[in-house]
Amino acid sequence: MWTWFHKLSSPPHFYRLSASLIPWFGWLAAAFLIVSLYGGLVTAPADYQQGDGFRIIYVHVPAAMLSLFIYMFMATAAAIGVIWRMKLAHAVAVACAPIGASVTFLALATGSIWGKPMWGTWWAWDARLTSELILLFLYLGYMGLRSAIDDTNRADRASAILALVGVVNVPIVHYSVTWWNSLHQGSTLLKKGGPALPPDMALPLFGMIIGFMCFFGAVALTRVKREVLVREQNSKWVKDMVTSK
Amino acid sequence: MKFTESSFKGRNLTLWRGDRCLFQNLGFTLGNSEWMHVMGGNGSGKTTLLRVLCGLSMAESGDILWNDRRIDRSRFDYHSSMIYMGHLEGLKGDMNPEENLRFHYQLRDKQAGERIEMAIERMGLQRCRTLSCRYLSAGQRRRAALARFLVSQATLWILDEPFANLDVKGRELVEEIVSEHLEKGGMAILAAHHDMQISSGTEVPVELS
Amino acid sequence: MQTPGLVDSALALLVRDLKLGYRRLGELANPLVFFLVVATLFPLATSPEKELLMEIGPGIVWVAALLSSVLALDTLYRSDMDDGTLEQMALSPQPLAWLLLIKTIAHWLVSGLPLVILAPLVAQAFFLPADAMPAMVASLALGTPTLSLIGSIGAALTAGLRRGGALVAMLVLPLSMPILIFGARATDLAMDGLDVTGPLNLLAAIMFLALSLGPIAAAAAIRVSLD
Repeated sequence: MWTWFHKLSSPPHFYRLSASLIPWFGWLAAAFLIVSLYGGLVTAPADYQQGDGFRIIYVHVPAAMLSLFIYMFMATAAAIGVIWRMKLAHAVAVACAPIGASVTFLALATGSIWGKPMWGTWWAWDARLTSELILLFLYLGYMGLRSAIDDTNRADRASAILALVGVVNVPIVHYSVTWWNSLHQGSTLLKKGGPALPPDMALPLFGMIIGFMCFFGAVALTRVKREVLVREQNSKWVKDMVTSK
Repeated sequence: MKFTESSFKGRNLTLWRGDRCLFQNLGFTLGNSEWMHVMGGNGSGKTTLLRVLCGLSMAESGDILWNDRRIDRSRFDYHSSMIYMGHLEGLKGDMNPEENLRFHYQLRDKQAGERIEMAIERMGLQRCRTLSCRYLSAGQRRRAALARFLVSQATLWILDEPFANLDVKGRELVEEIVSEHLEKGGMAILAAHHDMQISSGTEVPVELS
Repeated sequence: MQTPGLVDSALALLVRDLKLGYRRLGELANPLVFFLVVATLFPLATSPEKELLMEIGPGIVWVAALLSSVLALDTLYRSDMDDGTLEQMALSPQPLAWLLLIKTIAHWLVSGLPLVILAPLVAQAFFLPADAMPAMVASLALGTPTLSLIGSIGAALTAGLRRGGALVAMLVLPLSMPILIFGARATDLAMDGLDVTGPLNLLAAIMFLALSLGPIAAAAAIRVSLD
């Protein structure tokens, strides 16, 4: 297990591994997204209350789930980077932040588009909207701190501390905001006694979530690959690779 | 007073700043009555090396050992036995030299009291002892910072450009103090591009390019 | 050589920071004046009607307190960083997290505590009923230390940067939102004559969490800033 861990953390090995993994994630993402979008937008029946408007959940729910997932993923990578002083982990955390910020923004934007016909307003000071907005601020703060520090090594460690402080705070923010005000509908997918959605609506949603995850995997690996190249630009293996081509 | 036997070692130290390698696979061993002379031109990484040896900066790889224990694993032991002065004097502008000195030792040594008196006198700070450090000249501030070393009972002294801003008398005083410290079995690490007239102890030169 | 204990070193540092604060009274007064000015802006921007001001009063006191505590953060580590005393503290045998906790407490005593004392005055101007006053003061007394502790992490992360002002607000404000929610809610509840122990307990719980974890994060951040 440790040798595996050690091998993974070596940049040239990771670089080759990610290069071979990216197409897999990419094609899987494409397949899942196309099939599930077709399922969600065409075959699934319209909702008896919300009509066709509900179909935006096929983007909204995966984006919202991913926004939190990426944050936790980023913070875990940051923690590994701080504890084991593993540079590759820092590169992973850095690469994730803009993706996380983007899907958070996507979740907010789709939520807002959905909110207009359903609640009659683009924005409501609802608990889940607000905590999603705060999550966006956390991502922006993380990216802002990084861009303010010139030295990569220092930027890595400082932003990792911020990400970890954020992890302690995210649940507190979430519960405080929930307690403050909630208008958002409860979770339709993860409920006791199975999903509240009928299968022909739920299946495409699951497919979309898997598709989004694979998409995240492909984009994150591409970004980490690039990050590793920039960081290792002076090392022998990068020079060998560039000259041999 | 004699210092107990101690050792300070560096192994395979490597540090990059940006895409420039400051030092690679640097190793050294320092024992009692030995002093390390870190030489090199401007921008050769003398200050960075000293900060790494203090534990303020982290080297990319390699270990620093105080009495054969890694300094980041035994911070208390290491920091109890070392004292450092860098480019920043570590003096509060709103406090006078004496207050600064007392506060410094309130975190380090309970019995520093009477030695503080002596240090102020020897550094020639009697006349400005009640003046806020903000109003002192650069040389006087340097002297106020160096007074810490006279009070200290730390084995390892780390000084970055100790001669900066000092007059001839001040420089001689520094050389004298360091020599006395080495005579008692202490260790010192000095970064300076001048020659140093240290009358006792053995010099361990380290050249950075 | 005898190393001073935690209590001795804490007392020495506390006395030093309070003394330095006293010698720079003008700098300390700035965030307090800012607090009063921000609170004054709201009636001017909205309307001087009593009903409206009563409604928004607790929120305004809290927003003003939050902003003024962020403004005050600049004095927490900046000067010690610039003159090298912080690096000397990091090289002392005392645990850095402990020293930073003491510094944060000293900072709260000169920037947070005066807010708690001044707040009833501002609340009076917003026609807050007298029986809601204790709840407001209690919520500020429990909430402002947490603001200082969270702020301490942000200040430590940006201590080495030339222009940390706007960045520190960007880092600290999102993390401080729970305090704002519970603090303003406690006063709101008291105004309606309801039980306020719920939000006050939560504020106290968050304060203890911040007391235990905040200094460790701040110490790690200062070590990065010193590097």
